[in-house]
Order: sequence, then C-alpha cells, then structure tokens
Amino acid sequence: MNKNGEIAIEAREMDVYYAHFRAVKGINIKFPTRKITALIGPSGCGKSTVLRSFNRMNDLVLVARVQGEVLYRGNNIYGKDVDPVEIRRRIGMVFQKPNPFAKSIYENVAWGARINGYKGNMDELVESSLRQAALWDEVKDKLSQSGYSLSGGQQQRLCIARTIAVKPEIILMDEPTSALDPVATLRIEELIQELKQNYTIIIVTHNMQQAARASDYTAFFNMDEDRAGYLVEYNATNMLFTNPQNEMTEQYITGRFG
Amino acid sequence: MAVQQLETGYPEAEALQRQISQRHRRGLRWRWLFQLSTIVGIVALLALLYNILNQSFGLVAVQNTVDPRVLLEGAKTAVLPGADTAETLADLPKETLVAILAEHISTGLGRRLERDQRFFADQFAFEDPALFAEVCAGAEPPAGCTLEPRDQNNVYELLLERVVAPDVVQSWSLVDSVFRRGAIEEQLRTDYPTAVLEFRSWITADFIVSPQSSTPEFAGVRTAILGSLWVVVITIVFSFPVGVGAAIYLEEYATDNRLNRLIQTNISNLAGVPSIIYGMLGLAIFVRAMETFTSGAALGVITDDTTANGRTILSAGLTLGLLILPLIIINAQEAIRAVPRSLRQAGFALGATQWQTIWHHVLPSAMPGILTGTILAISRAIGETAPLVVVGASTFITLDPSGPFSKFTTLPIQIYQWTARPQAEFRNIAAAAIVVLLILLLSLNATAVVMRNRYATKTA
Amino acid sequence: MATRNPTAPLTGERIEQSELRKKPRVGETVIQGFLFLCGAISILTTIGIVYELGKEAWLFFGKEGVSLLAFFTGTEWQPAIGNFGIWPLVLATLMTSLVAMVVALPVGLATAVYLSEYASDRARNTLKPILEVLAGIPTVVYGYFALTFMTPLLRSILGDNVVQIFNTASAGIVVGILIIPLVSSMSEDALHAVPNSLREAAFGLGATKLETSLKVVVPSALSGITAAFVVAISRAVGETMVVAIAAGAGPKNFIIGEDGLFSFILNPFVAAETMTGHIVRISGGDLSYDSIDYNSIFAIGLLLFLMTLALNIVSRRFVARFREVYE
Ligand SMILES: Nc1ncnc2c1ncn2[C@@H]1O[C@H](COP(=O)(O)OP(=O)(O)OP(=O)(O)O)[C@@H](O)[C@H]1O
Ligand SMILES: [Mg+2]
Repeated sequence: MNKNGEIAIEAREMDVYYAHFRAVKGINIKFPTRKITALIGPSGCGKSTVLRSFNRMNDLVLVARVQGEVLYRGNNIYGKDVDPVEIRRRIGMVFQKPNPFAKSIYENVAWGARINGYKGNMDELVESSLRQAALWDEVKDKLSQSGYSLSGGQQQRLCIARTIAVKPEIILMDEPTSALDPVATLRIEELIQELKQNYTIIIVTHNMQQAARASDYTAFFNMDEDRAGYLVEYNATNMLFTNPQNEMTEQYITGRFG
Repeated sequence: MAVQQLETGYPEAEALQRQISQRHRRGLRWRWLFQLSTIVGIVALLALLYNILNQSFGLVAVQNTVDPRVLLEGAKTAVLPGADTAETLADLPKETLVAILAEHISTGLGRRLERDQRFFADQFAFEDPALFAEVCAGAEPPAGCTLEPRDQNNVYELLLERVVAPDVVQSWSLVDSVFRRGAIEEQLRTDYPTAVLEFRSWITADFIVSPQSSTPEFAGVRTAILGSLWVVVITIVFSFPVGVGAAIYLEEYATDNRLNRLIQTNISNLAGVPSIIYGMLGLAIFVRAMETFTSGAALGVITDDTTANGRTILSAGLTLGLLILPLIIINAQEAIRAVPRSLRQAGFALGATQWQTIWHHVLPSAMPGILTGTILAISRAIGETAPLVVVGASTFITLDPSGPFSKFTTLPIQIYQWTARPQAEFRNIAAAAIVVLLILLLSLNATAVVMRNRYATKTA
Repeated sequence: MATRNPTAPLTGERIEQSELRKKPRVGETVIQGFLFLCGAISILTTIGIVYELGKEAWLFFGKEGVSLLAFFTGTEWQPAIGNFGIWPLVLATLMTSLVAMVVALPVGLATAVYLSEYASDRARNTLKPILEVLAGIPTVVYGYFALTFMTPLLRSILGDNVVQIFNTASAGIVVGILIIPLVSSMSEDALHAVPNSLREAAFGLGATKLETSLKVVVPSALSGITAAFVVAISRAVGETMVVAIAAGAGPKNFIIGEDGLFSFILNPFVAAETMTGHIVRISGGDLSYDSIDYNSIFAIGLLLFLMTLALNIVSRRFVARFREVYE
C-alpha cells in the first residue's frame, strides 16, 4: 500500500457538464492517502458533482459529461478502456440518505463482497465489517432481520459496513450525517476517524463544525455568476479555518454567506 | 328593488337571496344527476349478475325419449337375467343392461363405444373379434384394447345417456320459476303431459368435469377450462419474460434516442389496437406462415392429424401473448420506475455491474408491482374471445387437450358458441359457463388486489 | 484560485492499466442484447400487423371484379355475387359506436365529475372498485347480456314489431356500458390533475360547487377529457364480441333512394353486421387461404386498424397538450 503522504486520487483541469450546463469548472485537486478531506461550499456549487466524478457515479446521469482527467494510481479513470465497475469497487461511496438494500442485515454486507467474487470466510468478513462500522454489538443477534428494521443512524453505519466489506481504497461520503440526529452524527464522526487508519476518505459536509472537527484537510468551493462551481481554497483544516487566505472563504466559514 | 340594482349592478337583499338559493337549487339538481350517473354503473353490474344467475338456475321440464319403465318392462317380458327381481333399471346386472343397450342403439355406435372401452373381457357385444384384433395390432390401438372392461354403473350411465336420453324440453328462468310456478305447471300439463318438472341448477360438479356435448344436459366445460388453462400457460410463458425484459430495457438501458422513443410510442399504440386485429395477425403469422412449427410438424409431434393446420393451443397462446404484451410492458415499466434511485446507486457504488444491480435489487423491489400488472393482463387474456375465434378455435371438441399442439377451445369461446345457439337450454349452460369464468377471473383479481395491498404496506 | 497544495505532489504507486481495463463481460452483453430484442418485438408486431393486413388487402384489391372505388362507394356487401361495398359494414359500426357514445360519454363524464369533485373518500373507495370490476368483465359476457337482457328489455318497451331480435341499439347500449369505466377513469385523471388553486380561486369569487366544477374545472381539463372521449370511440369501433352476438349476422345492404334513410339505413332497431362482427363470423367458419373471403376480411381489418390508430394518435395528442399545461 501507499506510504503516508502519497496521493490517493487527483483531479486535473476537471469540468463537469450536465447537458450544456457547466456545473463545475477547472478543478485541480489532490487527495492525500489515509487522510480525511472535507469538501465544503454553498448549496448548488457542485460538491456532490465533484465527489461523484471520482468514482464515475456521474455515468448514471445520462446528460452528465466529465472533461479533464481524474488520476487514480497513475491512470485516468475516464480513460478509454477503463471499466467503471472496477473503479467503483476500489472507490466506494456512502450516500446522504441511508439506502440499505431490501435484504437482511447480513446480506446487505455480504452482497457486495459476493458479486465481487470474494472467496474467503463470509461470516468473518461480515463480522469484521460490522465491527469496523461500530455496529456489530447492536446487530449481532438479528443479522437476518431486514436492513430497514434499523434506526436511521444504524442504517447509515450499515451502509458504511457494506462499503468497507468490499475493501475499497477510497470512500466517498456525500453528507453522510445530514439525515441523522446529533447523537447518531457523533457516532458516525467517531467511526470516520477510526476508518482513517485504513482508508482515504473524502467527505462532503454542510456542517462547518463537522469539517473543522473531523477532517485533516478542507477544500472550499464556490460558484461564479454562471453558477459554475470552482475550487476557491484548499488547505490543512486548521490552517483554513484559522487563517483563510481568501476573503470568500473567510466570509463563508464565519457564516456571512452561503 | 330595481332601484337598488342600478346602484351596484348586483342583485341585493331579497333578490340576492333568491339568486343564491336558485343557484344552490341548481347545484343540488346537478349533484343528484352526477350521483345518478355513478349509480348507472352499479345498476348495470347488478343487472348483468342478476341476468346471469337468473339463467343459471330454474325449473326445467324433462321428458325421457324412452321411458325407463318401458325398458324394464321389455326386459321382464324377454325374461332377461335378473329382470324379474329388479325394481329399477339400475338394479339390472351388466349383461342385461348391455343387451338392452344393443337393442336400442345402432351397431356403428356400439362399435365406437366398444373401441373406447370394451364391455366384456372375454367376448364382444358389437365388434367382430377378428376385426378388433386387427385394430389392436395397428400402430395406434384405441383405448378399448388396453382398458379394463366397463362396469355395471358405466353401462347404466351409457343407457341413460344414449337410450333413456332425458331431454329438457323447456326451461324457465329463476325469477319465473319462483313467482310463476302455477302458470308453469299449467302450461306443462297442456304442452308436455309426460314431462316432469324439476328445479335445476345448471352449474353442477358434472358441468365442470364433463366434456363438451351436443345435448345441453350433458355438456360441460371441462374441455374449455383445460383449453383456457393451456392457452394461458403458453401466453404467460411467452409474454411475461418478454414483457418484463422489454420494460427493463426501456427503463434501465435505453438512452433517449429515436429508436427507443419509437419503441415506446409504438407500445402505447399497440395497447390501443383492437383485439380482433391481433387475431388476424395470429391467423396470418402463427397459423398460416409458421404452420409447420405451430402444428408440431417440425418436431414430429402432431397430436392428431386434424390439427395439422396450425390452429393449435400454441398459436392461440402466442396470439394472446402478443395481445397482452403492451399491457405487461407498460405496467412493469411503472413498477420499475417506482424503485428508488438510491437503491441502484448503492448497488453501483459497491462495484456491481448494471445487470447485477437490476437482478438483485431493482427486480425484487419491483416484482409485486410487476406481478399485479401481469395478473390483470392475464385476466384480460383469459376473457378474450374474438382473437381466438379468428385464430381458429374448434367449434366442437370433446377430447382433453394433450399439449401445445392440440386443437383448442376456451371458456369464452364456449360461452360464445352456446350463446349463439337458438335453444333456451344453451342459454342456460352459457350462463353457467359465465359464472365459472367470472369466478375464475374474480379469484385472479382478488389475488392481484391482495398483492397490491401487501406491496403498498411494505413500501410505505 | 488559490489552490494550495498541502502535501508533497507524490503520485500513488502506479498500477497496471490492465487492472482497470474493461473486462469482456459476455454475460452482460448477451443480456442487454436479449432485453433489446424483447423491446424490439413490439416493433416487429406492428410491422407484422401492417405487412400482413396490407399484403392480404393488396391481394384482395388485385382480384378480378374488386376495385378500390367500388369498395369505398358500394352499398352492398355480398361476397357470393362479387359485391364488395364497405358501407353496410361501416354504417353498422358507426351506428353501434354512436349509440355507445350516447350512453358512455355523458354517464362516464358525470361519474368522473362526481368522483373527483363531489364524492367523499369513502364513496370513492367503494365506487371505483365497482367500476374496475365492470371494466374487468370479458366482452363475451357483455354480449350475452345484450342478447338476453338488453334486447328483451328494449322489445318490451318499444314493441316486438319495432325492435328486431338482433339490433344495433341493444349492442350499442351495452358497448356503451362496457366503456363507461374507461371514460370515467381517464376523465377523472384529467380532472384530478387540475390544480387546486383554480378551484380555490373560483370558490373565492363566490362560485358554487357546481359552477366551480362545470365552469372552471371541466374546461381546464378539457383536452384530457377529449382524449378520453376519443379513446372511447376507438374502443367502441374495435369492440367485437358484443356486436357479433347481439347486432346481427349479415350485412345490412341497402340501395340509396329505395331504402328509407331513417326507417331502414340508419334504423338502430334492425339487424346489421359491423366490420368486426363480419370478420368474426367469416373467420369462424371454414375459411381457405387465398380465397376472396379470406382476403376480404383482411381488407376490412386494415381499414379498422387505420381508423383506430388514427383515433389513438389523436387522443395522445390531446393528452400531450394536457400534460404540457399541468405537469
Ligand atoms: N442530474 C442533474 N442534472 C442536471 N443538473 C444537475 C444534476 N445534478 C446536479 N445538477 C446541477 O449541478 C449543480 C451542482 O449540483 P450539486 O448537486 O453538485 O451541488 P451541491 O454542491 O452538492 O449542492 P448541495 O449542497 O445542495 O448538495 C446544481 O446547479 C445542480 O442544479
Ligand atoms: Mg450535494
């Protein structure tokens, strides 16, 4: 695996269009390995769009088009022959609203491993994934119950466990706590800190405290008058919050706009 | 008042009251009219059910072609074995019954009956033993060669059907039977003095399990029910996978290009094509152009040579399959569209391929909706008549269908053919067949409703 | 753009391109191909219908003694003596459809207005399933109903000498009944789509419920309602079993000038065979391929197909216009 300080994924001059509308423009950004990077910015500035470009989830939006390069371990993931299925296995995603499958808790975790041809002991994998997601103790007695029988926060941790089970390198999280109450949010934040040991995490959040608390680096996005989003400032989190270089950043983090 | 009206231009005070109450009265009248119109549907449904039940039960006047007492007397005079002690025909031993039967039916009919099933194990009542042996040695020996001989009860029933032949000479509707019984009895005494009046339900267990017959008293819907089931099985086997497949293609794979838009428009156009046109398509394509295939000739499994012209269960099933395909597709599309996008995203984000996501997550979630739509489409197929008439349903078959290459009739076809007969008794059995058909459809629809409700509570 | 780079610009260990390369997923391709074929079957069906009906109709018009002109102008359909004038069949179809519309349109629309504007939830929940049951009854049952209930009813009201045993009126009325659920459910959908703000506006001006319904809601839903009406006409024109059973077997030939217009030609109480009824009767008998009878029913079928297709397309235009306004 990569030594500390290496780059897990990098965007070069990336533009994303929805049909003729340019949603983000000229994104240049590198994400360090095994660190948590937060993406912040006003609503509609294209944070989700950027995030979804990193594991080609935008392919599912018929009108979406990505220009520029996204380099992952020396390869442009938008290269001609690259298989999006392979990319998504290596770069997992957790969504804003918990979206467990309509299957048992066990199956929710095992399914991804199974379709990716996991040959090892499935019970062990399920247990270790649920443990890593700090959910094991709560569900170990009801693994055959539906994923929907859990609370919202538990569902979200189940989704994280499910993502970990396929052993990705990078986990993308799009406002993973915005549908949860403060206690559940705290648990997820703790969990994310744990996960940092093994995974590179990129997280979109609207919650300034969360970004300040939980991330190592923060990238601030804004949009221009054409509503095209761009990267304003990117720095270590404590630097960005204590000593913003850009006026817009300062205004945003102090809550004066956005 | 007129002065005041000039001032504001509107009616005021009393005039206003009058105007408003007038408007309200008009509102009430119309409301009543709307309600009445809504009732029309209910009244029509009730009238329809009333009409059918009214025809399914009622008094009948039964007259025997030959009185059984006359037959018994004849047997006594001829001193046939067992005749002296017998009180009714049913008491006679088999030999005697066969003798009476032989006396009253033609040798040709007797031979036919004997080839279906022989009367005795060691002798022949109608057949020439040599000829029978020759027939049995043929390539396709008739059932009579192998089956056990008929028993006494069987022969007795043959005698009743073929010789005594109780014939319904007149039938009355349920309402008439209940309210005009006196007049009916009166009429019976003058018109058919020898006939007996009895109350009959035309829907009986016998009616369900008996095959078609040219006498309404013995006719049943067995052949038709089996035919309907066979046809509908073929229909499902064809249209369910194809319909769901097309829906998946349109909802999950199709990009917004001209070809796919054409397919979509085309499907909604097909849903509006009259069913009889599908019948003509089936006649031209399945019956005529693909005859070698649909008649079973290509597989060498022609069930009986008169079906060889392609008017088979297979052709009928495929025709109905094409007919309900648009319905299945449109319903399945709606069910698939209702599956939340987040479920698909979750699948993709784990590195699943598109088909894995569809097969493991989208389809299971959409399945209750798909099945509900399919059941409704199938009940449409079960009730269809016109296309099957055009495709070439048989007008008269008594043999159970034995496979996709058999000739066929179905319940609605049977109802149509019986309704088209002028005799009142055929109207009665048509009504009975309608009851059977409606019960079948009702249970199917109930299944669909239950499924829809379970689905609704699950996703809520 | 102050893009500060917080870490050393090291690129991660390069992995072989081939690891990320698209693997040939034969299964996926085969499945997608199969699914496309499923969708394409609907196109093939349409092509099949047009080709077969067209081909046989072409053969029909190529037969000796048959001409397109006579087909569209002739007033007698007597295959036995080579008369192939479509008018008797078309007129009978128009008669039954007209009677059906007279029944179904007002009743269906009024039902829709009641269900959408007046009925309580409870009333709606009981009435709609009844209408669904009505819609689910096979047409052959309606045919039986027409012959054994509606006809005797008409005869007892109007007299046996006025109403023949087989007649277009009774068939038409019953076709109308069977179309009521279609008209009411499509119209109700249209009424339902009218935004509540319009109703509130009307009530706010002091309109009564009736005035709101008839003068505001119904006109706003007019194109949707029109679409329902047009589809209903198409259903009536294509309806087969009711007319085959109850309207009569045998085209009602006529001679203009000799037969009275309303006493005979357009009289709904005498027997007449419709286009669909004729197709069913002829194909129900022994029919040999390439005979003129065989070809002729396909010519009728083609005409029927084109009529209903045109109606359906018109109806969808109206629906599209309606959607444009409210969705
Ligand atoms: N599927 C889509 N089709 C067309 N336009 C889209 C689509 N998804 C997003 N957009 C547009 O792209 C822009 C960026 O959207 P995006 O969802 O990335 O914003 P965001 O920063 O995540 O906002 P939020 O904080 O509210 O989630 C918006 O203007 C949005 O309208
Ligand atoms: Mg977002």
